[in-house]
Amino acid sequence: MTDTVERKSPAESISRVVVRFAGDSGDGMQLTGDRFTSSSAIFGNDLSTLPDYPAEIRAPAGTVNGVSSFQVHISDHDITTPGDAPNVLIVMNPAALMADIGRLEQGGLLIVNRDSFVERDLTKVGYLTNPLEDGSLSNYRVVEVPMTSLTIQATVPLGVKNRDAERSKNFFALGMISWLFSRPREPTWEWIESKFRDELIRSANTAAFNAGYHFGETTELFDHAYQVESANMRAGEYTNISGNIALAWGLIAAGQLAELPVFLGSYPITPASDILHELSKNKHFGVRTVQAEDEIAAAGMALGAAFAGHLGITTTSGPGVALKSETISLAVSLELPMLLIDIQRGGPSTGLPTKTEAADLNIAMFGRHAEAPLPIVAAYSPSHCFHAAIEAARIALKYKTPVILLSDGYIANGSEPWLLPDVDTLPDIRVPFTTEFNHIAPDGSAEFWPYLRDAETLARPWAIPGTPGLMHRVGGLEKQDGSGDIDYTPENHERMVHLRAAKIAGIAKDIPQVTIVGDDDADICILGWGSTWAAIDAAVQRSRRRGMKVAWVHLTHLSPLPANLGEVLKRFPKVIVPELNLGQLCRIVRAEFLVDARPISKVQGLPFTAVELETALDNATGPGWATDFTMGASR
Amino acid sequence: MSISEHVTISMKPVPTGPVTAKKDWTSDQEVRWCPGCGDYGILLAVQTLMPELEISPENTVFVSGIGCSSRFPYYMDTYGIHSIHGRAPAIATGIAVARPDLDVWVITGDGDALSIGGNHLIHALRRNVNLTILLFNNRIYGLTKGQYSPTSEVGKVTKSTPMGSIDQPFNPLSVALGAEATFVARTHDLDRKHMMETFRAAHAHRGASFVEIFQNCNVFNDDAFDPVTGRKNRLEMMIDLHHGEPIRFGDEGHAGVVMGTDGRLQIVEVADVGVDALLIHDAHRDDSSLAFALARLSNEAAQATGSWAPTPFGVFRDVDRPDYGSMVAAQLAAAAAAKRTSKSEASTGRPENGRDDLRALLRSAGTWQVG
Repeated sequence: MTDTVERKSPAESISRVVVRFAGDSGDGMQLTGDRFTSSSAIFGNDLSTLPDYPAEIRAPAGTVNGVSSFQVHISDHDITTPGDAPNVLIVMNPAALMADIGRLEQGGLLIVNRDSFVERDLTKVGYLTNPLEDGSLSNYRVVEVPMTSLTIQATVPLGVKNRDAERSKNFFALGMISWLFSRPREPTWEWIESKFRDELIRSANTAAFNAGYHFGETTELFDHAYQVESANMRAGEYTNISGNIALAWGLIAAGQLAELPVFLGSYPITPASDILHELSKNKHFGVRTVQAEDEIAAAGMALGAAFAGHLGITTTSGPGVALKSETISLAVSLELPMLLIDIQRGGPSTGLPTKTEAADLNIAMFGRHAEAPLPIVAAYSPSHCFHAAIEAARIALKYKTPVILLSDGYIANGSEPWLLPDVDTLPDIRVPFTTEFNHIAPDGSAEFWPYLRDAETLARPWAIPGTPGLMHRVGGLEKQDGSGDIDYTPENHERMVHLRAAKIAGIAKDIPQVTIVGDDDADICILGWGSTWAAIDAAVQRSRRRGMKVAWVHLTHLSPLPANLGEVLKRFPKVIVPELNLGQLCRIVRAEFLVDARPISKVQGLPFTAVELETALDNATGPGWATDFTMGASR
Repeated sequence: MSISEHVTISMKPVPTGPVTAKKDWTSDQEVRWCPGCGDYGILLAVQTLMPELEISPENTVFVSGIGCSSRFPYYMDTYGIHSIHGRAPAIATGIAVARPDLDVWVITGDGDALSIGGNHLIHALRRNVNLTILLFNNRIYGLTKGQYSPTSEVGKVTKSTPMGSIDQPFNPLSVALGAEATFVARTHDLDRKHMMETFRAAHAHRGASFVEIFQNCNVFNDDAFDPVTGRKNRLEMMIDLHHGEPIRFGDEGHAGVVMGTDGRLQIVEVADVGVDALLIHDAHRDDSSLAFALARLSNEAAQATGSWAPTPFGVFRDVDRPDYGSMVAAQLAAAAAAKRTSKSEASTGRPENGRDDLRALLRSAGTWQVG
C-alpha cells in the first residue's frame, strides 16, 4: 500500500485543531473518534477528548435524539480541554448536522455525508429544504462527500453484502480525516487487524479506511492537508488514558501499594461501569469483583470485605450514591476503611445518564443520616483519577473511614496523554493489622478493645477475622469509647459524635495545603474542584495573557478542606467558583469562611468551555459584581 | 534486682485450637432478650454445638441485620457485625467471598430476611455463597413492638392491621427453594437436639445453607407455633424428615405422606395405603420439586382449612453445587496462572508486591515515547 499519488501541495502546519465527529448512534462515531485520537496520541500530539452520546443504546435511527458525537482537540502544545468550538465537523446524516452545526466555528470546515441528505432523512428531522442546497450553510466551508456509496464501492468487490457494506463508512470518514490531518495510517491498520476476528469485516474496514484516505489525497475537494506537529511534551513514556481506566488502575495500584487484596462490589450504572469492567479484567492482581444484585448490596459487600481485611470498594453514579447512603453511615460507625467512588452525571434521578455534571458534592458531603462526616477526594483530570484513587485509599486505610472519591462523566470518558508515573515513586500506603491485645482489664488480664484509638490519627485498630484472641463485635448501635461495648449513655454518645468528627477534621493536617496558581496580588480568585480544572486552566492562561491578574486555587480534597484554604481565600476581595451545579462548593466556602464567593454555574450536561470562564472572569471584574449574585457563565 | 515483683502480661494472643468449650464461644455481654424469648434456646443450641464442630472462634464470623434476633452476634465470642436492616446476606457475602477460609453465619428474622432484605437473601442463595443462614421466624415484628410481618397469617390482627392483615404471607422455605438454594431445612426453638442436628448439617454443607427456625415471641405473638410444636401437639403435627426413609409420623408412625394421582402430596393413614406406598424422602435429588412440595404441604392444608396441618421438619434439600467464593478464588488463580505470576496470594492475605505487574498494566493499552 504505497502512496503513489503525489500530494497536491505540502501540508499546512497548524498548531491546534478541534475535530468533531457526529453521526447516528449506530454509525460508530465513538470508535472513529477514539481511533483518530489514538493515532494522534501515537504521533505525539497533546490532546483532550469529549465523547458525547445519548442514553439510548440505539435511539431511533436518523433522529436528533440518536446523534452520537466525539470531539477531540489535538495540539502541538500543552492543552487541557477538548476545545470550545470545533474547527472541523464531520456529519454522517442530517440529524447530526442539525444537532451539532451550532457548535462549528464560523468559517469552519464542514464535511458532510451527501448520501444521507435525501428527502427521507431530511424530513425525519424536520428539514423542509436541503441545507446543502438552500444556502443556510454559507458561513461554513462545506465539503460534500458521498461517503456511503464510496464505501460500498470499496467494499462490495471484497464480497461484502450491499447491506453490510455501508457499515464501514465510519472507517471511510476516519481515512479521509487521517489524510486531512496527516495522521500515520499504520496504527489504524494494526488496530483493525487486532480488533476484528472476522476476516471479511477486517478487510472491508481496511478497504474503507484506505479508500477514504486516498479520496482525501486525490480529490479536488480539499486544497491541501494540515499538519499538527507533535507537542513539545516532557520526555518520557506516554499512554492515552481515560479517567475510568486511570481510576481502575489507581485502585489496582492502591491494592499493591497497601499490600491488600482489592474487592469491588458494584452494580452496573452509567458512566461508572467501565471501572467494574476494567477491574474484572485484572483478576491476576488478586482483584475480586462481584456484580451485586443492587447498589445497596454492592456497598454491603465492600464493607464486609473491608471487615475481612480487604481494600473494599464500591463504584457508582448519583442514584447509586443515594442507595448506598445507609451502608456508608454504617461504615462511618464501624470505622472501617472503604471507598465509594461516584462518577457523577446529570440528575436528579436518572437525569442525563451519559452527560456530565458535578452536582453530587452535597450528597457526598451531607447525604447521610445524623452526624456522619467522611473524607472526600475529587479527581480533576483523566490521568489524575489514578492518583486520586491512591490518595482516597491512603486516607481510608490510615484513618479507618469510608472515603468518597468524586469523578464525573467528562473526565471518566474523556482521555488525554499521560506521562506514566515511575511506579517506584508511588506512596507506601500500608497499614498494619492489629494482632495483639491493646488493653489490660481490671483483673490484670490482657484484652482487645476495638475502639481504643490511635492518639495521633484517632483511628481505631483493624483486627481482622482469623486473628487469634482479638474476636470482637462491631455494629451500628452506639459503642462505648474504647471497649466498643454497646453504650447508650448521653455523655458517651456525645463523646463519640465529637470523636468521629475530630478524626475526619484532623485529616486536614495530613493533606496538602492549597497553593495559588497565577497572581498572588490579584483582586479575584477562581476556586475550582474536579473536572473544571481543564477549562479554568485555559481561561486563566488566556485572561492573564490579556493582562488580567487572576489567582486560581484548585481543590482535590473537599472534606476536610485544606487547612489554609480560608486564610488564602480571604486575601481576595472577590472569589468565583465555577461548578457544574448551582453553587455547592460556593455555599460551603461562604459558610465556612465568610468570604464573598459567587457561583459560576453550568448545568447543561457539558463541561465548561474556556471562553465561558474567560467571560465569567471578565464579568466578575466588571460592574456586574455589585448587582448580580450568580455570575452564571451560561447566561 | 528489682524489689517489687512485676507480673508480665503477654499482649500476644494464643491461637485457639480445635478443642473448645461452650464458654469459648460465649461473650461477656449481657443477653438482653425478653425473659421467655425463644431466642435464648437458639443461642444455647448454637453455643453448645460450636465446640462439637471443631472450628475456632477466631475463624468464625456472625453477621446479622436488625431485629430482635439480630442481637445474636453480640453474645457470641467470635468476630461479628450487627449491621443494617436486611443487609446481612450482602455484607456476609463480602466477607465470605473475600475470605473463603472463614466460617460465616448469618442471623436474621422474618422481617429482616423476607421483607426489607428479601433481595439480598435470594441472591445469596442463588449464588451459593458459603454462608450458614439461620432465619428466626416468629411471624411478627418484635423489636418495633408488634406489627405484622411477611410471614404473618392472613387476618392477623396487629397494631398496624387492626382489621386483620390482608397480605398473603411468604413460606420461607418456598422462597429459598425458588431462589435455587442448595440446602434448606426447618427446625424449632423448643427442641435443642433437633436444632443442633439441623445446624450441624447446615454447617457441614459447603455453599449457602438456609434454616428456618420456628421461634416463639412470647410478648407479641405468643404460642404462634404451639399448634405444631407444642408438647401436646408435636406427635401428630410434626413430620420428621430423614433422607432415604419413608415419610411417616404420628403415634407409632400411623400417618404418612404419599404422592397423589393428581401430583399433589397427601397425608394418609399408613394402614390404608401400606408402607410401600409412602414417599421416600430424597434430600439429595438435584430437582427441587419434591422439596418444594414438602415445603408447601402444611401451607396447602392450612389455606384450605384455615388452621395448621402436619408440618415437615428437618433437611428438605441438600445438594452439591460449587460455592461462590471458591469459584471466585478459582478464577483468580486461573488468571494469575495465565499471567504466569508465580507469587500467589495466601487466602487470608496480602498479595505479593507486584510492582512489575503494575508497570506492565500501565503499558497495557500501548505507549509512545517522547524525547
